[in-house]
This record gives sequence, C-alpha cells and structure tokens, in this order.
Amino acid sequence: MATTSASTSPQTAPERTRLIRAGLRRRHRSETIFRGLGMAAIVLALGFVVLLFVDVIRKGVPAFVQSNLHLEVFFDPAVIKVDPAPQTGDFASPAEFQAASLAWQRDVALLNWNRIIEASLRAKLPANTQIDTRELLTIPETNARHQVRELFVANPALLGQTVPVDVLASANAANWIKGNIDRSLGDAQQQMSPAARAVIDAFETSGTVSNGFAWSLFTNADSRAAPAAAGLLGAFIGSLYMMLIVIVLAVPIGVAAAIYLEEFAPKSRLTDFIEVNINNLAAVPSIVFGLLGAAAFINYLHLPISAPLVGGLVLTLMTLPTIIIATRGALLGVSPALRQAALGMGASKTQMVFHHVLPVTLPSILTATILGVAHALGETAPLLLIGMKAFVAQVPVTPLDQATALPVQIYLWQGNENRNFFEPRTAAAIMVLLGVMILLNGTAIFLRSRLEKRV
Amino acid sequence: MKTALLTSAAAIALIAGSTAAFAQSRDTIQIAGSSTVLPFASIVAEEFGAVFPEFNTPVVGSGGTGGGLAQFCEGTGDNTIDIANASRHIRDGEREICTAAGVTDIREIQFGFDGIVFASAASGPDFALTPVQVYKAIAAQVVVDGELVDNPYTNWSEVDASLPDQPIALAVPGSNHGTREVFQERVVGAGCEEAGLPEGLSEDAVEAACTTYRQDVVTEISGDYTETLARLNSDANTVGVFGLSFYEQNTDTLKVATVNGVVPSKQSVATGEYPVSRPLFFYVKGQHIGVIPGIEDYVAFFLSEAISGEGGTLEAAGLIPQPADKTAEVLAAFEAGPTQ
Repeated sequence: MATTSASTSPQTAPERTRLIRAGLRRRHRSETIFRGLGMAAIVLALGFVVLLFVDVIRKGVPAFVQSNLHLEVFFDPAVIKVDPAPQTGDFASPAEFQAASLAWQRDVALLNWNRIIEASLRAKLPANTQIDTRELLTIPETNARHQVRELFVANPALLGQTVPVDVLASANAANWIKGNIDRSLGDAQQQMSPAARAVIDAFETSGTVSNGFAWSLFTNADSRAAPAAAGLLGAFIGSLYMMLIVIVLAVPIGVAAAIYLEEFAPKSRLTDFIEVNINNLAAVPSIVFGLLGAAAFINYLHLPISAPLVGGLVLTLMTLPTIIIATRGALLGVSPALRQAALGMGASKTQMVFHHVLPVTLPSILTATILGVAHALGETAPLLLIGMKAFVAQVPVTPLDQATALPVQIYLWQGNENRNFFEPRTAAAIMVLLGVMILLNGTAIFLRSRLEKRV
Repeated sequence: MKTALLTSAAAIALIAGSTAAFAQSRDTIQIAGSSTVLPFASIVAEEFGAVFPEFNTPVVGSGGTGGGLAQFCEGTGDNTIDIANASRHIRDGEREICTAAGVTDIREIQFGFDGIVFASAASGPDFALTPVQVYKAIAAQVVVDGELVDNPYTNWSEVDASLPDQPIALAVPGSNHGTREVFQERVVGAGCEEAGLPEGLSEDAVEAACTTYRQDVVTEISGDYTETLARLNSDANTVGVFGLSFYEQNTDTLKVATVNGVVPSKQSVATGEYPVSRPLFFYVKGQHIGVIPGIEDYVAFFLSEAISGEGGTLEAAGLIPQPADKTAEVLAAFEAGPTQ
C-alpha cells in the first residue's frame, strides 16, 4: 500500500501510515459508538419489557391461587322447608311444569341458606370458640349459599344428607390467608374482625382451609357480590366473539378490496384518493372508531348496547385499513414474471389473481390478519364508548348478549374498591391477555414460516 | 379459493341478516350511572339473577351520575338504558332533556345513604376538619380581614393551627360525579357561609366565591375512587374525597378524617350526626316497564329487607340502610306510577 501511493504523495511513508491508522481508528471508534448505542437501545427497551413483566407477574401470581374451605354441608330439613320439587309427570303441559318449576326454584332461593353455611362452619370450629354469626359469615365467600342451593336444586334428594362441599374463602379472608394485607396492622386497619382472623388461622392449622389453583379465574364470569369468585370467562368469551366477527368480516372484505384496488381498478384520481384515505384511516385513533360505532350502530341501526356484535363491527372497521394495506403491499411484491407467465398461458385476469398471485401472498396476508386481530383484541378505547365497560355477571351465549372484553375487564378490575384483592386479579388478567397475545403472534410466526417454506 | 369467497360472502350476509332480526329484542335490564351506587347495584343484579331464574342478570355500567342520567335521557327503546343510578337527585335541566327525548315517565327510587369522607394516607398525620377549614383551604378567593383576596394558604397549619403542617392538596370528584355536588353543598358551601363573605356582594359574586376552587391544590378526579387512591399513593400529602363504603374496604391504606369532630361510620351517618352524607337513588324509565322483562321485580327485590334493609346484603357491602317506612313509601310511589 505504501509503495503504490509513494510517488503521488509528498508525505513520507510512516506519516501516511500514521494518518491511515488515525483514520481507521476514527472509523472504528464511530462504529463502536454506533454499536454501543444500538446495544444500549435494545438493553433499555428489553429492560422496560422485563420491568413490566416482572412487575405484572410479581403482582399477579397470588391471584392464581385461591383459598378453599372444605366443609361438610348438612342439608338440614329444619331450614330447607319447601314443597317437593315439581315433577314433569304431574303437569298437563310443559309450560305449566316450567312455571311450577320456576316458582319452586324461587321459593328455594328465598330460603336462608346462610344458616346451612353457618352450621357447616360451626361444625369445623375448634372447641370453645366464641364468634357471632355475622363475623363467621365474613369467612366464606357470599356465593357459597348459591353454590349449596344449586346443589339442592339439581338434586332435591340431598335433603337430610351431609355432603362434602368446597367453597371459596371470601376476598378479605383470602387477603389474610395469602398475606395480601399486612398482618401486622392493628385491628382498626384490618378488614376482618380479630375473632374471624383467629378462626381462619385455626382453620389453616386444621386443614379446613387450603390453597389451590384458582380455576375460578377461568371458569367464572365477573362477580361483585362474590369478589373471590370473579373470573375472566365472560370477558374471554366476549373477546372471542369479537375476534370471530373481525376475522369473518375484515379478512374477506379487506382482501377483496385490496385485490380489486391493486389488480383490477384503473389507476385514476379516484383510486389515488381512496388509497390516501385508507392510509389515513389506518392512522385514525381507535377512540374515533368508537364514537363512529356508537353513532352508526347503536343510535342509527339500533343494535344492542354492550354487545360483542357491535364491538366486533367497530373493531372490524378499525382493522380493515391495516389488512388492506398489508395485502396490497404483499400483492405489489409478487414478481411481474409470475403474472405475465400466467397471462401468457392463457389464464384470465381472475384466474391469474386467484390461482397464481394470491397463493404466493397468503403467508403475508395471514400474518397481517393475525397481527391485526391481536391488535383489535387489546383495543379498549372504542369499546368504552359502546357500553362495553358495564359490569356483566353472565357469560354471553350469543354475540348479541351483553358482554365485556379482556382489556375492559382489566380496566374494570383496576377500578374495584377492594384493592388488596383486585390488584393481583388485575395483574392476573393482564397476564392472561398477554398470554393470548403471545399465542396469536406465535401462531402468526409459525404459519408464516410453514407457508413460506411450502411456496 | 372460490368456495372460501362464497362462504365468507354467506357469512357476511348471515351476520347482516341476524343483526336486523335481533336488533329489536333485548331481555336484559341495562343499568348505568353513579360509581358510588355501582357496587350496590352490581351486587343486587347478581343476586337478582340468582334468585329469579327466569330473568337474565342485569348489566350495570358506570360513568358517574351525570353520565348515567345523560344516557338515560337519550330516549326510549332497546338501545337506551332502563335504569340510571344516581348519588344525587335528578336536576331540572336533566328532566327537560329527558322530556324532550320522550322519556316522560321517570320514577325515583331512594334506597339508602352513603357518607362522604376525607381520607389520607394511613402513614400520615390525623386530620380533624371542619367545613370552614376545607373552604378556606381550597377556595380560589378567601376572606382575610374582611376582604376577598386570592387564597394565601399553602399549608393546612396556616388555615388553622390545629391542622398538620402539611401542604394543602385535595383530590375531589369531578363534576360528572354526584359526590361532587354533595361535597360542594355540604362542605364547601356550608363552610363558605360560615366563613362570612363581606357584605354587599352580588348573588353571582357570592356563588362564584363559594364554588371556585384553586386549581393549583385541587385535583378533579373524573374516574372512580381508585383513581383518587392512586393520586394519594403517588403524593402522600394528598387528602382524597371518598365514599364511606370505599374507605371501609381500604382501611389498611387509608386514614379517615373527622368532620366537626365526628368520626364517619355507618352509625354516625345513619343518625345524621356526621354532616356529610347523601341519599342514594336510582331512576327507572317507566316506559320500559312491561317492555324489558323483570324491571318491576328488580325494583321490588332491591328494596326488599333482605337486600337493602337493616342487616341485609347491601349493608354488609357498606350501604347505610334507610328506615323501613321510607322504603315502603318509595316502593308504593314506584308502584303507583308516574308522579307528574
């Protein structure tokens, strides 16, 4: 190197080497700095993600544990004073039987089931324990009586029998058992009375109370009367319906629109105008879609409020531009040779698109769809505006029933007044939502790699 | 591919068709409004669903008293709510909006009481407040030496020597909440009157002096009480305005202030000894009775002794029950039909 440039440069060879070395050092330094900054950016971003995950998981883990009370429930005939359940054979028509059965169920519901619960709790108390009824009944969750009543309604022959039943401990009792509330606080600051706390501790020693996996989180709908039994099932089903509606509506409409615009529509001012608008729509804040949905679907079309149907339609509108843009991008990326070959072989334009172009773009369209749906799944703002932030205690049966969605459930639990109990529940709901998201995104990556290999 | 397109087209047609067919039927009671009433209404809704197998569990939304009544007054029909929860009376203006939208049969149900408390971080000092002290702490202009001047106080101890030496910071419910109106009327308004404004002010000037808060120390919370609680957690000096029932669920982190020397409790509110309390209501859209199944049963169930009476389910959840004869009177008025 030094010999070839020696004749053209006035500098001496060592001088030149030094300059080149210095230049090299400078370039290496700037590269190192850039790499360092890049690394720092990644570390910082990952750090935030880890911080978020650690915080959510640390808070959420206790919610996956529920405290169960193992009771021996005696269906005391002295308390359960109702007529025998109506039998199908006694009535002339099914309608009459239905009416009689409903009336009987209401009679059963109006019985004082708390007395049954109280008796079964008292049977488990250590000898010589003094506790009044009201304090004792703060230990089981309030849905215990419904649970026992439903057992009886399902099987009236239980009258006079003793059956082992597991009921949930109340939210405040669970806080005490799991240590969600500071045990060292004074009586005035505790939620449970000293007598009730002593009973819980005795139950723990005797094994009447034990902790188990919180299935209720996944098998129950939301509950406020029995906070310990509040679960995510209702919100999950609501979200599921909305996702189905988004997939069924947004994918065909979006893909068809993209194919038409890209392959068939003449390039004119009108199509340019449409393209600009679609790109703009993709950037519109989701809350605007919520306002639009409230005005169009609820006020004008009179669709039911709080229904996943309306939520699904709003989210479809929100997802459409994303799918159209992604599909158009994928179509653009297909090699012209493929199209020309197809047309050259005598295929019609429709055949060219559906037999040759579309299959090649399928992985991209699929990925865009799944990412769009995952985005829609986590969307909350538009749902708040169409009444989906209501408290719904039933699992929706159809998309027309009132429901909430997973992100809205997080919002609702975040606002619950029993902070000690619902802070972990909120974090647990976040974990479930993140889990579903990871599953969806993972599926997208998996499908993409599979399909790309095939094509 | 063709079949896929056909199926999706069919699916779209099906959904469009089903929306049209089902748009006209709702069989679940829809409720919205006050976040103070929300926990009570939600519990009643769940119990109602459990006791009446023939009806769906009512759906309860929040949005504050103002928000709920605004939805309530949108009109009649399937896509409007049936019941609005409220922590104050419906205003005349709201009634007018209702009437204009065709909601003419509005039935008021009063079902109990709730106290409004001042609470601060459990680790902080004790507060013993009086309405006049709160007024002096948060009004934009206060009387000093017989003249209205911009509020000079920065610490509670400057307002009154008996109060802790701590910067004034108060989180109050936003104007969409009924609690705000009670807070203004029973605390700030009462304090303003007691403080004695200078003579010769016009009515509007008095009104302004009593209702304008300092923006630098008062935070208006439009969300739920948990938002107020979050504010307290981030700034330990903040004193928050809560419902008594919310405070009772969070005694481990909150410390309650006395007002006029009275500790807020179910007893002191029920006897009227504690000054800052208000009745709780819900408003039923009379025109929906008989259209949406179960509304009359819901009202009767809500007012039954086992639910909102002495020793009932709601008392355990923090409601202060009203006397049984008041409940009977309310129920009779509901059943008698529209009042106007």
